[in-house]
Amino acid sequence: MTPQRLIYETCSEYGIGMAHAELILSLSDVRYRWPGKASFALAIPNFSVASGERVLLLGESGSGKSTLLSLICGTITAQSGSVVVAGIDIASLSAGKRDRFRAEQIGLIFQQFNLLPYASVLDNILLPLRFAPRRNAMLSSPRDIATTLCAELGLPADAISVQAGTLSVGQQQRVAAARALIGAPPLIVADEPTSALDAATQATFLDLLFAQTRAAGSTLLMVSHDARLADRFDRVVQMADIASTA
Amino acid sequence: MILRLAFASLLARALTVGMTILAIALSVALFLGVEKVRTGAKASFADTISGTDLIVGARSGSVQLLLYSVFRIGNATNNLTWESYREIADRPEVDWIMPISLGDSHRQFRVMGTSTAFFERYKYRAGRSLTVDQGAIMDDLFDTVIGADVAATLNYKVGDPIVVAHGLASFVEHEDQPFRVSGILEKTGTPVDRTVIVSLQAIEAIHVDWRSGAKAPGQSTPADVIREMTLEPTAVTAALVGVKSRLQVFGLQRAINEYPQEPLLAILPGVALQELWQIVGIAETALLAVSGMVVVTALIGMMATIFSSLNERRREMAIFRAMGARPRVILSLLVIEAALMAAIGAIVGLALLYIGLFFAQPLVDAAFGLWLPIDPPSLREAWVLGGVVIAGAIVSMVPAIRAYRMSLADGMMVRI
Repeated sequence: MTPQRLIYETCSEYGIGMAHAELILSLSDVRYRWPGKASFALAIPNFSVASGERVLLLGESGSGKSTLLSLICGTITAQSGSVVVAGIDIASLSAGKRDRFRAEQIGLIFQQFNLLPYASVLDNILLPLRFAPRRNAMLSSPRDIATTLCAELGLPADAISVQAGTLSVGQQQRVAAARALIGAPPLIVADEPTSALDAATQATFLDLLFAQTRAAGSTLLMVSHDARLADRFDRVVQMADIASTA
Repeated sequence: MILRLAFASLLARALTVGMTILAIALSVALFLGVEKVRTGAKASFADTISGTDLIVGARSGSVQLLLYSVFRIGNATNNLTWESYREIADRPEVDWIMPISLGDSHRQFRVMGTSTAFFERYKYRAGRSLTVDQGAIMDDLFDTVIGADVAATLNYKVGDPIVVAHGLASFVEHEDQPFRVSGILEKTGTPVDRTVIVSLQAIEAIHVDWRSGAKAPGQSTPADVIREMTLEPTAVTAALVGVKSRLQVFGLQRAINEYPQEPLLAILPGVALQELWQIVGIAETALLAVSGMVVVTALIGMMATIFSSLNERRREMAIFRAMGARPRVILSLLVIEAALMAAIGAIVGLALLYIGLFFAQPLVDAAFGLWLPIDPPSLREAWVLGGVVIAGAIVSMVPAIRAYRMSLADGMMVRI
């Protein structure tokens, strides 16, 4: 058993986030090719994110960002190399365990259409906890925490019970942020979360996201094509520098 | 929570889901309705002759005897002579016997000659006796008691005159001997409703001037002369018999069937009914199969709806996957949705059935004499409803497995 794995298991046993582990994410010698597509392949020799860091990953569309995120989240696995998240090599887990691992360790925010439009805001926020029993067990009252998160993310007080589909795009993104943050998963992955928002909303959203990520003690990995966001992050990584596509 | 989400998802697609549920509900209502009519018809038939142990007539088929003697369907090929009737009546096993003499008609209704025992012994629908709604049981030779449908159709009241026609669908009437309506029976839902009942002697009385099936020309015996005559019948069409002990039924049946003087047939009404069901069983099964196919069609319709919704729901599935749901959660979500739709459809179908029964019950009773009971769902019906839900879940496995594959390939990124 590796020391990192020991830390992960101990931490999750006691319901502590992985904020103190050194590297929350590290990829080495990763090679991936989509099944049935001979042309597009992604190679990442080395990429890592330290715990508590706020990293912006910049890249044009088609640079393999989405593939990288899928690798990190474990919905696809690399043909070679290792993807280690919170001390666990994802490839070592079975498909079912990877899904559970994702639920426990990673909070996800997408560009848009993040929510189940027919479900209430509360159900949307609590959805990942349904698949992450440890994350759920940490929270004494998930409902109250969801309400608090909503308030801190600047959502109206009565928003919690409305249908998610009735909210504005900006509000929906905040609900998505609350859903990613609930139960304080060690890693928050955001895929262009602001690109559907206008400039003013973008700034507010990022402020709130940063504040809450820090409060939760989580690491933030954000993917974007918008270089203007760069100065707000601890570190900026160009997709082209870490990955090669062929 | 998954169940709540499945429900919310259905609610969000209320129109298509509603249509699907409606189709299932109608098919379930149809299926259960056919079942109800089927069992109701059987019960109605069986109810027509409750309390009778044997039916005796001239030798023919047992179903034929049952049909003409009790249900007034078809005609007797031969009669039972009065001597035989008397001999059977005098047997020690016989508790009661009542004669039935058919052959004449009034308008579209059959005229039946019988004894007053008929009003005491005839039982229908779990032992109920005939009751006179208006007037009284016949008292005079030329009195008649008519069934409820006869009175309603021909608008007869107590005291109205009736002229009986000779034979069925004949133009020759017994106009010399008109009858008087002395009583009208309460509705029973049996062929009695469509029967004009007279005494056995009256049947003889109107045929006094008749010789071998035709009226003797120029002869017309006055009514008061007829009243003086001993009107002993020479034959009756059939007889209903009750025995003192049920154990004696088979012995009596055998004795009558082996009666040396005349070829006779005695049948157990229940056994003859079973034979009748065997004959109509094929039609019954066909009817049931057709309504079963309608249920299957509705379920396939549901499957098609789920299939067509899969593409637009890929985003939703990707969200579930991103949140850590295994592909099998997607599968079970779709199966749960289908089972919910089928369950709601089944319950709505059941409700439709009862609403339909509530309105149709008096109409069906009036039109066909068929009493459809409004009972709580039987175990069999509960099985049917449960079967629909299970079949819905099974059918939905096909699109659900496709969704499983799609979400496995899509992961959390939808590439359309």
